[in-house]
Amino acid sequence: MKKTLVEATINGETVEFLCEPRQSLLETLRDVLELTGSKEGCLTGDCGACTVMLDGRAVCSCLVLGVEAQGKKIDTVEGLATNGVLHVLQNKFLEHASLQCGICTPGFLISAKSLLDRNPKPTEPEIRYALAGNLCRCTGYDKIVKAVLDAAADIRSQQDKSKSAA
Amino acid sequence: MPTVVIPALLRKFTGGLERVDVPGKSIRELIRHLGDRFPGIDQQLLEDGDIRPSIAVSIDGEIATGGVLDAVSENSEVHFIPALGGGEV
Amino acid sequence: MAASTTTGNFRVIGTRPIRHDGVDKVTGRAKYGADYTFPGMLHGKVLRSPHAHANIKSINIDKALKLPGVKAIVTSKDLPQAEDKLEQAGEMVVNPMYLSMNILAHEKVLYDGHAIAAVAATSPHIAEEALRLIEVEYEVLPPVMTVDVATRPGAPILLKDLRNKEEGDKETNVAQHYQFKRGDLAAGFKAADYVIEREFNTAMVHQGYIEPHNAVGIYNSDGQATIYCSTQGAFDVRSLSAQVLGMPVGHIKVVPAEIGGGFGGKTTIYLEPLSVLLSKKTGAPVKLVMSRAEVLRASGPTSGSKIKVKMGATKDGKLVAAEIWMAYEAGAFPGSPVGAGAMCIIAPYTVENFQIDAYDVVVNRPKTAAYRAPGATNAAFASETIIDELAAKCGIDPIEFRLKNAVKEGAAQVVGPPFKRIGLIQTLEGIKNSPHYKSKLTGKFRGRGVASGFWFNAGMQSSATVNIHADGTASVVTGSPDIGGSRASMAMITAELLGLEVTDVRPITADTDSIGHTDVTGGSRVTFATGMAVYEAAKDAERQLIERAAKLWEKKPDEVEFRDGKFYAKGNGVPPMSIKQLAPRFARTGGPITGRASVNARGVGPGFATTCVDVEVDPDTGKVQVLRCTIAQDAGKAIHPSYVEGQMQGGTAQGLGWALNEEYFYDDKGTLRNFGFLDYRMPTCLDLPMIETVVVEEANPGHPLGVRGVGEVSIVPPVAAVANAIFRAVGVRMTETPMSPPKLLKAMLKHRGATQHSAAAD
Repeated sequence: MKKTLVEATINGETVEFLCEPRQSLLETLRDVLELTGSKEGCLTGDCGACTVMLDGRAVCSCLVLGVEAQGKKIDTVEGLATNGVLHVLQNKFLEHASLQCGICTPGFLISAKSLLDRNPKPTEPEIRYALAGNLCRCTGYDKIVKAVLDAAADIRSQQDKSKSAA
Repeated sequence: MPTVVIPALLRKFTGGLERVDVPGKSIRELIRHLGDRFPGIDQQLLEDGDIRPSIAVSIDGEIATGGVLDAVSENSEVHFIPALGGGEV
Repeated sequence: MAASTTTGNFRVIGTRPIRHDGVDKVTGRAKYGADYTFPGMLHGKVLRSPHAHANIKSINIDKALKLPGVKAIVTSKDLPQAEDKLEQAGEMVVNPMYLSMNILAHEKVLYDGHAIAAVAATSPHIAEEALRLIEVEYEVLPPVMTVDVATRPGAPILLKDLRNKEEGDKETNVAQHYQFKRGDLAAGFKAADYVIEREFNTAMVHQGYIEPHNAVGIYNSDGQATIYCSTQGAFDVRSLSAQVLGMPVGHIKVVPAEIGGGFGGKTTIYLEPLSVLLSKKTGAPVKLVMSRAEVLRASGPTSGSKIKVKMGATKDGKLVAAEIWMAYEAGAFPGSPVGAGAMCIIAPYTVENFQIDAYDVVVNRPKTAAYRAPGATNAAFASETIIDELAAKCGIDPIEFRLKNAVKEGAAQVVGPPFKRIGLIQTLEGIKNSPHYKSKLTGKFRGRGVASGFWFNAGMQSSATVNIHADGTASVVTGSPDIGGSRASMAMITAELLGLEVTDVRPITADTDSIGHTDVTGGSRVTFATGMAVYEAAKDAERQLIERAAKLWEKKPDEVEFRDGKFYAKGNGVPPMSIKQLAPRFARTGGPITGRASVNARGVGPGFATTCVDVEVDPDTGKVQVLRCTIAQDAGKAIHPSYVEGQMQGGTAQGLGWALNEEYFYDDKGTLRNFGFLDYRMPTCLDLPMIETVVVEEANPGHPLGVRGVGEVSIVPPVAAVANAIFRAVGVRMTETPMSPPKLLKAMLKHRGATQHSAAAD
């Protein structure tokens, strides 16, 4: 099958790659671009382990084709930390022990970031609703929800600090 | 003398007896004496000279790990139970 | 081995450091099995039977081989002959013939999804296309899907050579009968004031790990093979693969990748020998990854079951008799956890008179594999709901009833030996005194249920080395894949004993060449047994370090003490020395320092848990919402409390899914209809509340730090607790799982019809 040339912005970098039309964005990220942080759990969009941001919107990359990335902005877990400095969510997941096997963690981090970008002050039910598309089999979600609540509070207090400093 | 508790399905060899006192300083000796007294029961417990892989031995309340080599004391209580390989079958 | 008290003054143990692999896991850098690639690597896919039960008349791979990009195809013809007997493979007991038949079907397919052939090609898509070109001729046979059908006279026989001890030379689908008996059953029931008897049916469920099975096999022309895979036990993969492939164990190296969940389902092999076989045929590395559909259809769920329980109690709440019959689905080959289920079903209680008969039955479903306390959850669903009914009949609070009958130190187990120090009563009291249990539950269609559970936990073999580096930091190397955060605990134990900061100890999970034999991560054994090996290895390092300090000070080793992370010379005023100060002197005092230990761990401490759930039932749809949930569990000693809580919460969540929605749904042809996460419905974030944990610490006298395995028992009580809660909410006793909306609604309507009818008749 002949490959298509695709140009996209991935984690802030302009990238050119070749992929077959039948390759999903997940497969393209993992097998073509060697970004194996996004995980395959079901290939039917039910588990969220493959969640990435597509033009600022959290999507299941197993339900998007690689060729659909043309001209789009994609953010994966590999782009969450800035110059190696972990994002607040990543730190909170570690502090709260919100991961056991860790396979669902990249997907949860993207979904949680997507939530906090839209809603900086989520309640517990709002967090649970937003993360209902990400399955975790190890933790029972308790420590994940606590980490997101804590991260949201942290982000708000940082913003308050920088507002009052300004 | 050590006591051996006979698994339910092997009590047909002992005429229904559940608890049997048998002499011996090791599991090997206990089984040998059991076999002398109740012919055939030893073959249910042993394979190739050691405890069958499907059977675990408990000595004084603790799962023992030495098979026929494990020592028993005068007051020991020994049970033979299905081996479960630790949470997996 | 000195038993430690639960309140030892520890510096590191009992704290909550960040796990050492944490940054890799939150940045996507951690390498799971499917993340491995190698130059020239090919991709494999497996052809699977669409029939539940059929004879294979012929397999034709010619067309498939001609597809451009296809490099090799294997069938069972490429596997050596395997013996039909029980054998030790490492610490496990397996039947090599059945194992081989499950990897690639021989003359019969025995379940929808049974592997028949495997293809290696230059892309996974080409490999999939090739599967469609393989021609298989089947003679379809009637499917045998339940224990009822399998044990009916004249039932189709799955395995023509299967025999059990009781039926002699008769062909059968019953692989094994276990029996446990004590006292006088008739006398026991005669003495009972209340006797309750019910039949329960539980559906087959899957461990549900998010990461599918994977393997990369590399076979070299010198006959040495390497397998990279996500597994709970690299040494098991090695032994089992060697057996199936007819290779010497020592010619296979298994490198355990990070693993995305196992829960017992990744303690066996599926793709690993196929990856090596295909690599041998092609001369290239070959990667195979299961799809979710394949995981559900063809890996190892746990048994559905039929359990009949009859229990009697006197009116003051004393259990006096139990008669139990249980039959579990083994799947296509023998080996359900019915024996374990039988030993767990009344384990939390002292019952003087009982008889338990348990049967292992083959059916046309995938071969079952371990799932977190295998067999115990099915059993507890039955027994813990009967106990709830008996308590109600006696007019006694369900926790008080359990306390009256609870086993404690010295009580005889079902299988006979008396318990040593255990914490069941403390878990019951933990729930009784919890804010949850003390709170009032108000509102219509709401109810609260409790249940308790037991699991043996395992010991088995583990090896560990502790290497002290030139700067006085250390690595602790074990062979236990980390599925829940255990590597942090290994580092914590090492740091505690050697007076190091936990960040100065690197925990490593090594491959089968780099560490001594270590049994699976499973059976709640890692912190217990591998922790014991780590403890001993650290002690071994300490002994060597003392010798070096003594040498430097020109003293004898017994004149040197190691405490609080420093070496002290007894007597004169020599200033103390830390490991960091001693380390640069290793070379001149004798060389590098490696502490080592191997154990076949004894002194296992069994686990108990008690769970309380509040539910609300929608009277119109039968949907159950879990409002509140608390679990109390005896951990012995919590090395890293966050990860102990994690095990308690995770097992509880799986139990709640098992209770409310999870089941395998086969049609009348024996085809699995819900082979995806949409319809194999596991709990999401939205389905669950916070899961409150009460960590009880009744030290296990058999472990130097008092540790008790915590990984499994949490999954045992929730199904029964939910059933008991539903009863209090809507007056219906559920006797089947899952208690999903259609099933509960049907039961509620029947109950309403019956109560209206009797009310009308009055």
